[in-house]
Amino acid sequence: MQEIIRAVERKQLVDRKVEYKPGDTISISLRIKEGDKERVQQFQGTVIQSRGIGTGTTVTVRKSSGNVFVERIFPIHSPLISEIRVVKHGRVRRAKLFYLRKRTGKSTRIQEQK
Amino acid sequence: MQGLIGRKLGMTRMFEKDTGRAIAVTVIQAANNVVHQVKTMEKDGYSAVQLGFEPVAEKRVTKPILGHCKKHGSAPTRIIKEFPLDSADEKVQPGSSVGVELFEKARIVDVIGVSKGRGHAGTIKRHHFMRGRKSHGGACVREHGSIGSNTFPAHVFKGLRMTGHMGNARVTAKNVELIGIDKEAGLVFVKGAVPGPTRGILFIRKRK
Repeated sequence: MQEIIRAVERKQLVDRKVEYKPGDTISISLRIKEGDKERVQQFQGTVIQSRGIGTGTTVTVRKSSGNVFVERIFPIHSPLISEIRVVKHGRVRRAKLFYLRKRTGKSTRIQEQK
Repeated sequence: MQGLIGRKLGMTRMFEKDTGRAIAVTVIQAANNVVHQVKTMEKDGYSAVQLGFEPVAEKRVTKPILGHCKKHGSAPTRIIKEFPLDSADEKVQPGSSVGVELFEKARIVDVIGVSKGRGHAGTIKRHHFMRGRKSHGGACVREHGSIGSNTFPAHVFKGLRMTGHMGNARVTAKNVELIGIDKEAGLVFVKGAVPGPTRGILFIRKRK
Protein backbone atom coordinates (compact mmCIF):
# COMPACT_ATOMS: atom_id res chain seq x y z
CA MET A 1 0.00 0.00 0.00
CA GLN A 2 2.81 2.34 0.90
CA GLU A 3 4.42 1.27 -2.38
CA ILE A 4 1.47 2.63 -4.35
CA ILE A 5 1.76 5.97 -2.57
CA ARG A 6 5.51 6.04 -3.16
CA ALA A 7 4.87 5.35 -6.85
CA VAL A 8 2.38 8.24 -6.98
CA GLU A 9 5.00 10.48 -5.38
CA ARG A 10 7.79 9.30 -7.66
CA LYS A 11 5.94 10.74 -10.66
CA GLN A 12 6.13 14.20 -9.12
CA LEU A 13 9.69 14.19 -7.86
CA VAL A 14 12.04 16.66 -9.49
CA ASP A 15 15.56 15.45 -10.14
CA ARG A 16 17.69 18.22 -8.63
CA LYS A 17 20.95 16.65 -9.86
CA VAL A 18 22.78 17.74 -6.74
CA GLU A 19 23.82 16.06 -3.56
CA TYR A 20 23.93 18.23 -0.52
CA LYS A 21 24.50 17.33 3.08
CA PRO A 22 24.02 19.21 6.33
CA GLY A 23 26.89 21.67 6.68
CA ASP A 24 27.02 22.43 2.97
CA THR A 25 26.43 25.91 1.67
CA ILE A 26 23.79 25.80 -1.04
CA SER A 27 22.11 28.33 -3.23
CA ILE A 28 18.44 27.88 -4.08
CA SER A 29 16.83 29.67 -7.04
CA LEU A 30 13.20 30.48 -6.45
CA ARG A 31 10.74 31.64 -9.06
CA ILE A 32 8.75 34.53 -7.65
CA LYS A 33 5.67 36.01 -9.26
CA GLU A 34 5.16 39.72 -8.91
CA GLY A 35 1.97 40.76 -10.61
CA ASP A 36 2.31 39.22 -14.03
CA LYS A 37 6.11 39.31 -14.04
CA GLU A 38 8.30 36.50 -12.87
CA ARG A 39 11.78 36.80 -11.44
CA VAL A 40 14.29 34.50 -9.82
CA GLN A 41 15.46 35.02 -6.26
CA GLN A 42 18.49 33.37 -4.74
CA PHE A 43 18.63 32.10 -1.19
CA GLN A 44 22.13 31.11 -0.17
CA GLY A 45 23.01 29.63 3.21
CA THR A 46 24.03 26.63 5.27
CA VAL A 47 21.98 23.43 5.26
CA ILE A 48 21.15 22.73 8.88
CA GLN A 49 18.56 20.03 8.39
CA SER A 50 17.22 17.76 5.69
CA ARG A 51 14.20 15.60 6.40
CA GLY A 52 11.23 13.74 4.95
CA ILE A 53 10.74 11.32 2.08
CA GLY A 54 9.02 11.53 -1.30
CA THR A 55 7.26 14.79 -2.09
CA GLY A 56 7.53 15.78 1.56
CA THR A 57 11.31 16.16 1.51
CA THR A 58 12.38 19.51 2.89
CA VAL A 59 15.66 21.25 3.52
CA THR A 60 16.22 23.94 6.15
CA VAL A 61 18.69 26.61 5.09
CA ARG A 62 20.12 29.17 7.49
CA LYS A 63 21.78 32.36 6.39
CA SER A 64 22.81 35.62 7.89
CA SER A 65 21.06 38.62 6.51
CA GLY A 66 22.57 41.79 7.84
CA ASN A 67 22.46 41.43 11.59
CA VAL A 68 19.89 38.67 11.85
CA PHE A 69 19.94 35.03 10.93
CA VAL A 70 17.16 33.82 8.66
CA GLU A 71 16.07 30.20 8.39
CA ARG A 72 13.89 29.02 5.59
CA ILE A 73 12.41 25.59 4.94
CA PHE A 74 12.16 24.56 1.30
CA PRO A 75 10.13 21.62 -0.02
CA ILE A 76 12.75 20.58 -2.54
CA HIS A 77 10.31 19.09 -5.04
CA SER A 78 8.31 22.30 -5.25
CA PRO A 79 7.79 23.52 -8.82
CA LEU A 80 8.78 27.01 -7.65
CA ILE A 81 12.39 25.97 -7.13
CA SER A 82 14.21 26.14 -10.43
CA GLU A 83 17.69 25.19 -9.29
CA ILE A 84 19.67 24.00 -6.28
CA ARG A 85 23.41 24.52 -6.43
CA VAL A 86 26.09 23.50 -3.95
CA VAL A 87 28.47 26.36 -3.31
CA LYS A 88 30.72 24.74 -0.73
CA HIS A 89 30.91 21.40 1.05
CA GLY A 90 31.29 21.66 4.81
CA ARG A 91 32.71 19.17 7.27
CA VAL A 92 30.32 18.55 10.16
CA ARG A 93 29.80 15.64 12.51
CA ARG A 94 26.06 15.66 12.98
CA ALA A 95 22.93 15.44 10.85
CA LYS A 96 21.06 18.35 12.43
CA LEU A 97 23.07 21.50 13.01
CA PHE A 98 20.75 23.18 15.49
CA TYR A 99 23.75 24.11 17.65
CA LEU A 100 24.44 26.86 15.12
CA ARG A 101 21.36 28.71 16.40
CA LYS A 102 23.11 29.43 19.70
CA ARG A 103 26.17 30.81 17.98
CA THR A 104 26.98 34.12 16.40
CA GLY A 105 29.92 35.65 14.59
CA LYS A 106 33.03 33.66 13.86
CA SER A 107 31.86 30.51 15.67
CA THR A 108 29.13 29.95 13.06
CA ARG A 109 31.72 29.11 10.46
CA ILE A 110 31.95 25.55 9.22
CA GLN A 111 35.21 23.97 8.12
CA GLU A 112 35.27 23.41 4.40
CA GLN A 113 35.61 19.91 3.06
CA LYS A 114 37.86 19.73 0.07
CA MET B 1 -23.59 5.95 -11.70
CA GLN B 2 -23.14 8.29 -8.82
CA GLY B 3 -20.37 6.69 -6.84
CA LEU B 4 -17.73 4.06 -6.30
CA ILE B 5 -16.41 1.91 -3.49
CA GLY B 6 -12.76 2.35 -2.56
CA ARG B 7 -10.11 1.69 0.00
CA LYS B 8 -8.07 4.39 1.69
CA LEU B 9 -4.37 3.88 1.04
CA GLY B 10 -2.92 6.80 2.97
CA MET B 11 -1.92 10.41 2.54
CA THR B 12 0.79 12.29 0.73
CA ARG B 13 1.65 15.77 -0.50
CA MET B 14 1.23 17.20 -3.99
CA PHE B 15 2.20 20.53 -5.51
CA GLU B 16 -0.02 22.85 -7.47
CA LYS B 17 1.73 23.39 -10.80
CA ASP B 18 1.53 27.17 -11.14
CA THR B 19 1.33 28.45 -7.58
CA GLY B 20 3.63 25.85 -6.08
CA ARG B 21 1.29 25.40 -3.14
CA ALA B 22 1.62 22.07 -1.34
CA ILE B 23 -1.67 20.23 -0.90
CA ALA B 24 -2.32 17.37 1.51
CA VAL B 25 -3.89 14.56 -0.50
CA THR B 26 -5.60 11.31 0.46
CA VAL B 27 -5.01 8.44 -1.97
CA ILE B 28 -7.99 6.14 -2.48
CA GLN B 29 -7.88 2.93 -4.48
CA ALA B 30 -11.19 2.56 -6.29
CA ALA B 31 -10.46 0.36 -9.31
CA ASN B 32 -12.56 -2.46 -10.73
CA ASN B 33 -15.92 -1.99 -9.10
CA VAL B 34 -18.02 -4.95 -10.25
CA VAL B 35 -21.62 -4.42 -11.32
CA HIS B 36 -23.72 -7.03 -9.53
CA GLN B 37 -27.24 -5.97 -10.32
CA VAL B 38 -28.99 -3.20 -12.19
CA LYS B 39 -32.28 -2.10 -10.66
CA THR B 40 -34.78 -0.75 -13.13
CA MET B 41 -37.88 1.40 -12.95
CA GLU B 42 -40.09 -1.35 -14.36
CA LYS B 43 -38.93 -4.10 -12.09
CA ASP B 44 -37.85 -2.44 -8.85
CA GLY B 45 -39.64 0.90 -8.92
CA TYR B 46 -36.38 2.89 -8.97
CA SER B 47 -33.17 2.84 -10.95
CA ALA B 48 -29.87 2.03 -9.27
CA VAL B 49 -26.83 -0.10 -9.63
CA GLN B 50 -25.38 -2.54 -7.14
CA LEU B 51 -21.59 -2.36 -7.10
CA GLY B 52 -19.09 -4.73 -5.55
CA PHE B 53 -15.49 -4.10 -4.49
CA GLU B 54 -12.56 -6.44 -3.94
CA PRO B 55 -13.16 -9.91 -5.36
CA VAL B 56 -13.11 -12.79 -2.86
CA ALA B 57 -13.11 -16.57 -3.13
CA GLU B 58 -16.55 -18.14 -3.41
CA LYS B 59 -16.17 -19.88 -0.06
CA ARG B 60 -15.73 -16.50 1.66
CA VAL B 61 -19.25 -15.29 0.98
CA THR B 62 -22.54 -16.63 2.27
CA LYS B 63 -24.62 -18.85 0.03
CA PRO B 64 -27.42 -16.29 -0.47
CA ILE B 65 -24.88 -13.73 -1.73
CA LEU B 66 -23.18 -16.32 -3.93
CA GLY B 67 -26.56 -17.24 -5.44
CA HIS B 68 -27.29 -13.55 -6.05
CA CYS B 69 -23.95 -13.12 -7.85
CA LYS B 70 -24.44 -16.28 -9.93
CA LYS B 71 -27.87 -15.06 -11.00
CA HIS B 72 -26.40 -11.86 -12.44
CA GLY B 73 -23.21 -13.43 -13.73
CA SER B 74 -20.81 -11.47 -11.51
CA ALA B 75 -17.94 -12.58 -9.29
CA PRO B 76 -18.48 -12.39 -5.51
CA THR B 77 -16.94 -9.39 -3.75
CA ARG B 78 -16.14 -8.42 -0.20
CA ILE B 79 -18.20 -5.23 -0.22
CA ILE B 80 -21.57 -4.70 -1.91
CA LYS B 81 -23.20 -1.29 -2.07
CA GLU B 82 -25.96 0.30 -4.11
CA PHE B 83 -25.62 3.65 -5.87
CA PRO B 84 -28.29 5.58 -7.77
CA LEU B 85 -27.89 5.97 -11.51
CA ASP B 86 -27.35 9.40 -13.10
CA SER B 87 -30.38 8.87 -15.30
CA ALA B 88 -32.77 5.97 -15.76
CA ASP B 89 -31.61 5.27 -19.30
CA GLU B 90 -27.91 4.86 -18.40
CA LYS B 91 -26.71 1.57 -19.85
CA VAL B 92 -24.90 -0.71 -17.41
CA GLN B 93 -24.23 -4.39 -17.92
CA PRO B 94 -24.28 -6.71 -14.88
CA GLY B 95 -20.95 -8.49 -14.54
CA SER B 96 -19.00 -5.60 -16.10
CA SER B 97 -16.66 -3.43 -14.11
CA VAL B 98 -16.44 0.30 -13.47
CA GLY B 99 -13.32 2.28 -12.67
CA VAL B 100 -12.22 5.71 -11.59
CA GLU B 101 -12.95 7.23 -15.03
CA LEU B 102 -16.38 7.80 -13.51
CA PHE B 103 -14.92 10.86 -11.80
CA GLU B 104 -13.34 12.24 -14.96
CA LYS B 105 -15.46 15.39 -14.93
CA ALA B 106 -16.18 15.55 -11.21
CA ARG B 107 -14.59 18.34 -9.15
CA ILE B 108 -16.32 17.93 -5.82
CA VAL B 109 -17.19 14.63 -4.15
CA ASP B 110 -18.52 13.32 -0.85
CA VAL B 111 -16.48 10.68 0.92
CA ILE B 112 -18.21 8.32 3.35
CA GLY B 113 -16.32 6.14 5.79
CA VAL B 114 -16.42 4.63 9.24
CA SER B 115 -14.47 6.83 11.64
CA LYS B 116 -11.74 5.46 13.89
CA GLY B 117 -13.17 4.09 17.15
CA ARG B 118 -12.09 5.97 20.27
CA GLY B 119 -13.84 3.70 22.81
CA HIS B 120 -15.49 5.24 25.86
CA ALA B 121 -14.16 8.79 25.60
CA GLY B 122 -14.31 11.59 28.15
CA THR B 123 -15.97 14.95 27.62
CA ILE B 124 -12.75 16.73 26.73
CA LYS B 125 -12.02 14.48 23.76
CA ARG B 126 -15.66 13.88 22.84
CA HIS B 127 -17.21 17.34 23.18
CA HIS B 128 -14.19 19.65 23.45
CA PHE B 129 -14.87 20.61 27.07
CA MET B 130 -12.31 22.71 28.93
CA ARG B 131 -9.95 21.07 31.35
CA GLY B 132 -10.02 22.01 35.05
CA ARG B 133 -7.11 23.76 36.68
CA LYS B 134 -4.21 21.52 37.71
CA SER B 135 -2.72 23.78 40.39
CA HIS B 136 -4.13 26.07 43.12
CA GLY B 137 -6.34 23.32 44.53
CA GLY B 138 -7.99 22.32 41.26
CA ALA B 139 -9.67 18.97 41.79
CA CYS B 140 -11.61 18.49 38.57
CA VAL B 141 -8.89 18.10 36.00
CA ARG B 142 -10.60 16.11 33.28
CA GLU B 143 -14.07 15.77 34.84
CA HIS B 144 -17.12 17.33 33.23
CA GLY B 145 -18.33 19.25 36.32
CA SER B 146 -21.96 19.75 37.26
CA ILE B 147 -24.66 18.08 35.17
CA GLY B 148 -27.54 20.25 36.46
CA SER B 149 -29.21 21.69 39.56
CA ASN B 150 -30.89 19.79 42.39
CA THR B 151 -34.47 20.55 43.52
CA PHE B 152 -35.39 22.18 40.27
CA PRO B 153 -35.59 20.61 37.69
CA ALA B 154 -34.68 17.49 39.68
CA HIS B 155 -33.51 15.57 36.64
CA VAL B 156 -30.71 15.59 34.12
CA PHE B 157 -31.73 17.08 30.79
CA LYS B 158 -31.88 14.76 27.84
CA GLY B 159 -29.11 15.17 25.35
CA LEU B 160 -26.67 16.59 27.91
CA ARG B 161 -23.15 16.09 26.61
CA MET B 162 -21.40 13.47 28.70
CA THR B 163 -18.76 10.78 28.35
CA GLY B 164 -19.47 7.78 26.18
CA HIS B 165 -18.67 5.86 23.05
CA MET B 166 -16.94 7.92 20.40
CA GLY B 167 -16.01 7.14 16.83
CA ASN B 168 -16.61 3.91 14.88
CA ALA B 169 -19.60 5.56 13.24
CA ARG B 170 -20.45 6.33 9.65
CA VAL B 171 -19.19 9.80 8.79
CA THR B 172 -19.75 11.73 5.55
CA ALA B 173 -17.12 14.25 4.54
CA LYS B 174 -19.10 16.54 2.25
CA ASN B 175 -17.78 18.73 -0.56
CA VAL B 176 -14.33 17.22 -0.71
CA GLU B 177 -12.24 18.65 -3.51
CA LEU B 178 -11.13 16.11 -6.10
CA ILE B 179 -7.50 16.70 -7.02
CA GLY B 180 -7.22 14.09 -9.74
CA ILE B 181 -7.51 10.49 -10.82
CA ASP B 182 -5.00 7.92 -12.02
CA LYS B 183 -6.76 5.67 -14.50
CA GLU B 184 -3.91 3.20 -14.88
CA ALA B 185 -3.51 2.52 -11.19
CA GLY B 186 -7.20 3.07 -10.41
CA LEU B 187 -6.55 5.79 -7.86
CA VAL B 188 -8.55 8.81 -6.75
CA PHE B 189 -6.85 11.78 -5.09
CA VAL B 190 -8.89 14.03 -2.82
CA LYS B 191 -7.84 17.11 -0.90
CA GLY B 192 -7.32 16.76 2.83
CA ALA B 193 -8.25 14.00 5.23
CA VAL B 194 -11.20 11.61 4.95
CA PRO B 195 -12.94 9.58 7.70
CA GLY B 196 -11.59 6.23 8.83
CA PRO B 197 -8.28 4.48 9.18
CA THR B 198 -5.76 3.70 6.44
CA ARG B 199 -7.03 0.54 4.70
CA GLY B 200 -10.60 1.57 5.59
CA ILE B 201 -13.44 1.10 3.11
CA LEU B 202 -14.81 4.34 1.64
CA PHE B 203 -17.74 5.25 -0.54
CA ILE B 204 -17.02 8.11 -2.94
CA ARG B 205 -20.09 9.91 -4.23
CA LYS B 206 -20.37 12.49 -6.98
CA ARG B 207 -21.64 15.85 -5.79
CA LYS B 208 -24.58 17.20 -7.78
